[in-house]
Amino acid sequence: MRSAVSIPALILTAAFVGYAGLARESGLTLDQTLMMTGLVWALPSIVVLTGAISGGMGMISAALAVALASVRLMPMTMALMPLLRVEGKTKRWHLMVASHFVAVTAWVFAMRNVEDLPREGRLPFFLGFGASLTGFVFCMTGLAYVMVGSLPPMVAGGLFMLTPVYFLCSLWGASRISADKAAMLAGLILGPVFFLLAPELDLLLTGLVGGTVAYVGTRLARRGWR
Amino acid sequence: MTMADLWWWPYAMIVIAGWLATDVWRWLGVLVSGRLREDSELMIFIRSVATALVAGVISKLVLFPAGALESAPVLLRLAAAASGFAAFLMLGQRVIVGVLAAEVVLIGGWLLLGGS
Repeated sequence: MRSAVSIPALILTAAFVGYAGLARESGLTLDQTLMMTGLVWALPSIVVLTGAISGGMGMISAALAVALASVRLMPMTMALMPLLRVEGKTKRWHLMVASHFVAVTAWVFAMRNVEDLPREGRLPFFLGFGASLTGFVFCMTGLAYVMVGSLPPMVAGGLFMLTPVYFLCSLWGASRISADKAAMLAGLILGPVFFLLAPELDLLLTGLVGGTVAYVGTRLARRGWR
Repeated sequence: MTMADLWWWPYAMIVIAGWLATDVWRWLGVLVSGRLREDSELMIFIRSVATALVAGVISKLVLFPAGALESAPVLLRLAAAASGFAAFLMLGQRVIVGVLAAEVVLIGGWLLLGGS
């Protein structure tokens, strides 16, 4: 519980407070905003989904865009689960439940801290940490949604700025190899380009084109032409 | 009347395009953990696509924001994001430093320009 009150947790809360403003401006209701916070629990995916709903995107292209934005949760989960598991004792469905709390902030925190705990204590710790963090952020998002209408524009604008800067820093912090960093640069440049060229499919195209260019480019740099 | 006008449509979007499209990766991560190597070429490629997509979201949020941030000039928004990232890189890669620096530039610049 005490770990839920930490600097990363506060930044995450602030980012969700900023998101509450975005959700409200995008025409989402309070219950929809909270439902997304609880069910999706990965801010980039939530922001993508918000854009999809308010932009009137179809179900399939929205699901594809969200799935692409969320794909990084898979390697993150893969890296974390062996740390939480007690070989031969931990049930798989317990891990499935725990995996819902995998998102950038909780993951970085858990990867850094669970190894100090005895193996039996790690899964309960992660569940408690994830649930308290989600619960706290959930309440603050609801509160912010209700309050944001009465904020002066500058304060509301400052809150909106939190999300992109938080993503920018944590995405860079989470990148480990040159392909990640090249992909980030490519996405930053291509995002607005595709938004102007093909507003319906811009995120899919940004991901696929930017990701492929970054992967191929850095692979050639790693291994040369072959 | 299109699908998007139905009252339950946003909820269906949240459950299917939101919850399922997100949690499926977490469940897959549990199922294949220990089998697919995290540093395999396929994983590197998948991570590149995901990273580029989220980076696209970032620049869209700065260049084409919704709501109150729209009333700040685009150059100020870019300057705020850039100085936040620069501060993050130069001062020990702490996210809090980057976020605070960006907010100081944004709000300070906004005040200087006489915003409200």
